[in-house]
Amino acid sequence: MARKLPAKDVVIIGLGWTGSILGYELAKAGLDVVAIERGPWRDTATDFPPAYAQDELRYAVRLDLFLRPGQETLTFRNNGSQTALPIRSFSGFLPGNGVGGAGIHWNGQTWRFLPTDFQLRSHLEQRYGKENLPADMTIQDWPVSYDELEPYYDRFEKLCGTSGKAGNLGGQRQPGGNPFEGWRSSEYPTPPLKQGLGATLFAEAARKTGHSPFPQPASNLSEAYVNPLGVKLGQCTYCGFCERFGCGNYAKSSPQTCVLPALLRFPNFSARTESEVVKINLDSTGKRATGVTYVDTSGEEWEQPADIVLMCAFSFFNVHLMLLSGIGKPYDAQSGQGVVGRNYAYQTTSGVSLILKDKILNPFIATGAHGMIIDDYNGDNFDHTGLGFFGGGYMGAGQTGARPIQTRPVPKGTPKWGAEWKQATAETFQRAFSLATHGSSYSYKDCYLDLDPTYKDRLGRPLLRMTFDFHDNELKMSAFLTDRLAEIAKAMDPAEMTASPRKGPYDSTIYQTTHNTGGTVMGADPATSVVNRYCQSWDVHNVFVPGGASVFPQNHGYNPTDTVGALAYWTADAIRDRYLRNPGPLV
Amino acid sequence: MRRSLATVLFVSLTGAAFAQDTQSFDRIERGRYLAVLSDCAACHTAPGGAPFAGGLALRTPFGKLVAPNITPDPDTGIGNMTNDEFLAALHEGRGHNGKRLYPAMPYPAYTRMTDDDVLAMRAYFATVAPVSNRVISNQLPFPLNIRLAMVFWNGLNFTPGRHQPNPQKSAQWNRGAYIVEGAAHCGTCHTPKTFLGGDKNNDALTGATLQGWFAPDITNDPRKGIGGWSKEDLVQYLKTGTNRWTLASGPMAEAVSHSTSRMADDDILAIATYLKDSGEGGAGVRPEPVAASNDAMRAGAAIYKDSCAACHRDSGEGEIHLFPRLAGSALVQSDDPTTLARVVLQGTRAVSTPGAPTAPAMPAFDWRLGDAQVAAVLTYVRNSWGNAAMPVSAGAVASQRESLRRSP
Repeated sequence: MARKLPAKDVVIIGLGWTGSILGYELAKAGLDVVAIERGPWRDTATDFPPAYAQDELRYAVRLDLFLRPGQETLTFRNNGSQTALPIRSFSGFLPGNGVGGAGIHWNGQTWRFLPTDFQLRSHLEQRYGKENLPADMTIQDWPVSYDELEPYYDRFEKLCGTSGKAGNLGGQRQPGGNPFEGWRSSEYPTPPLKQGLGATLFAEAARKTGHSPFPQPASNLSEAYVNPLGVKLGQCTYCGFCERFGCGNYAKSSPQTCVLPALLRFPNFSARTESEVVKINLDSTGKRATGVTYVDTSGEEWEQPADIVLMCAFSFFNVHLMLLSGIGKPYDAQSGQGVVGRNYAYQTTSGVSLILKDKILNPFIATGAHGMIIDDYNGDNFDHTGLGFFGGGYMGAGQTGARPIQTRPVPKGTPKWGAEWKQATAETFQRAFSLATHGSSYSYKDCYLDLDPTYKDRLGRPLLRMTFDFHDNELKMSAFLTDRLAEIAKAMDPAEMTASPRKGPYDSTIYQTTHNTGGTVMGADPATSVVNRYCQSWDVHNVFVPGGASVFPQNHGYNPTDTVGALAYWTADAIRDRYLRNPGPLV
Repeated sequence: MRRSLATVLFVSLTGAAFAQDTQSFDRIERGRYLAVLSDCAACHTAPGGAPFAGGLALRTPFGKLVAPNITPDPDTGIGNMTNDEFLAALHEGRGHNGKRLYPAMPYPAYTRMTDDDVLAMRAYFATVAPVSNRVISNQLPFPLNIRLAMVFWNGLNFTPGRHQPNPQKSAQWNRGAYIVEGAAHCGTCHTPKTFLGGDKNNDALTGATLQGWFAPDITNDPRKGIGGWSKEDLVQYLKTGTNRWTLASGPMAEAVSHSTSRMADDDILAIATYLKDSGEGGAGVRPEPVAASNDAMRAGAAIYKDSCAACHRDSGEGEIHLFPRLAGSALVQSDDPTTLARVVLQGTRAVSTPGAPTAPAMPAFDWRLGDAQVAAVLTYVRNSWGNAAMPVSAGAVASQRESLRRSP
């Protein structure tokens, strides 16, 4: 029997990017806010200080900052004819854990989606004809437009202090920036990072082959910065330990470096860590949430009543909790009916690895969002007529570091160990680097999340089940993108080059990315979405999913964080300015 | 009952001499502000405890003293204290029933405050929520636990008397002097002490070691003190806890958090005016920097590059409001390296204030650097980029490590 705690105005489930942004905005508005976080408290000086932040074995190999499957995992299968099995060691994707969430271990790549991405279905149908879209592709328009979201992208980038060069200021093309991006109301808060030799050589080759390279937008700051919350960030040292690591230098934007110092000053905000929400409680009508029930580390259950429940967990766990709480109709892949778990999507990545002749690249001088990029083959920036696929992605020289355990490039045919391997490593390390494509992943009728019929978690709840595979559309896209990238790579006159387009089936044991999207998608129609355009549950009006990637109707050719942050601000405004005045459905 | 009635009468009669209305908003508000200036909460409010209900243990060189409950609770607080007793406590170090106070209660400073200010604080304390919390203040060992010994201590170390304005100086300077020497009792930490714990008044505010920290020289001495800071630097530091030179941490973080960041701008400016006009005569001979070829300097340079430069930079400039500047820092070059050794071994966190919420932290290196390594890197930062100071010995680091182990 859960013990009941005094009621709060707002309970936040998960204290990562969206939880801390919503916490700040709503505490500032005077609400009494509590955040309940499954993992531990994390802080720079105690959890990843510069004295050991660059411990590759601890953080990148042994995955210190990530969720342990013993605490929560999911089951996986490629298609409905298989039996899903539990993921007992996260490797294909790595859900974060603890205060800061994925905002601690991310690379800092801070991309906006394209304006046409927000009207994906109507745009493609209009340009290419409805009959040319695969029948089982369940992509849909976002219920918000780029123009509506632009001020919120701007706010999140200013929160982070993102480093970059605008390519489109108020509709005016800007030299040096991304010529394909949507209009921006202001320049990036800080100038672009300095580029390494590898990225510089790639940019030269891209220009030579008729493309438009620009520096990747990075929330690994090129210079010290004070954000609008008054919090100060430091300058990136290009140590090359971002992905899977916390930043010891206060230089990578995260809830810790951007929000928490200001948030923790509010006496009307509190956080409970190592406490896992097991259920959102509903009243007898099922139309209103009364709060949440959570379990602390001693196994004690607590009921936290609240007027507003914000689901700010990582995408999978928003979907999981919604299914366990009976909010929204679960998706049924057979009939295509129901919405919770529908439109799970991912990211379609590929790479081209290079060994150059006579170059010293110093590839270890890097950041998680380093590099020169081209966007010529993203979204619908290029004509898809006759290509046999839709979608695309950015590509370029975005190597995030050259950490010694996991970065051991050797020429083809080198033995896997021994003296010859050592010699090849020493000769190759400085000349090798990798290029990557970051492709979209559209949604399909047979890619979804539901509750596993067999396996349960440590608390006795059914695990979340993922059913996912790459579709021909994505594989063709990846082949096309990888070919284009290889053409540019060839212009760099490499000694050796290996192009690796994405191949099916999807393998959950090989790391690709942690951009897992969908499952509680936002939309204009309750028949095909879980939340409305204000990220508010269609069914339970005081439950919001404020911007986690689970609300993406499909995934586009960019990293999700900027859009997640923008939607968090968008939802915070809607709650503060509209919902509080008149609690009820906003649409 | 008879006694409390008598007390009430006495209070109202005494109060009448200063203010007719004991519930005057202005007076209570002034008392509240004076309690901020005097940083009463620093000792009398335990972390997480009820305001002014006491309970914070002070580790003095002589033993442990626990700050008493000063809420109006009649049994365990000061509800039964008369105004005259309150005045005697703050001005003369005599508590309820004439009991001698220990100078951990900074009456040697509060004696400078006017009767009216002290009684305004009294009026304020009468309005805070009474809390029943019995505190055993005197936890000193024998014979120091004999309070009467303080009579002799006072004879040697204590000069009672109100602040005397200096007519040669501006009103602002005099206000600053009143706050620094009186209410804010800066010298309690920053003035060196005799072996009996009395202030060395000739060396006022030239820095002292307490509770494992070195409270730095805050005179205007250009090398050891704040001579390099502009008045604006000082104002910004007191207001926000940080300026272009450094960030407040340790006991000063508490002083900034509870007191200076909540002071009126005029008062902060007055403090800065006074401090910038003090102690310039004492500039000692600048030592020769330790040669870069020295073994400790060479080892220190390598350790610095490896462990420090990512934040404090190769140039020692740090990052304003984030990583303290080491180049040209008086604290880094102070004769007493206690604070330096402490922050390297144990780490520390800067204060968070409304003006500077970031509160960045220095991580601990005790698990990673040995005594000789800490000594070498400190010697290096004290003698690089134009800095010059005595080398730090491994022995000094070892004793700091030991004392942190005993009382972290």
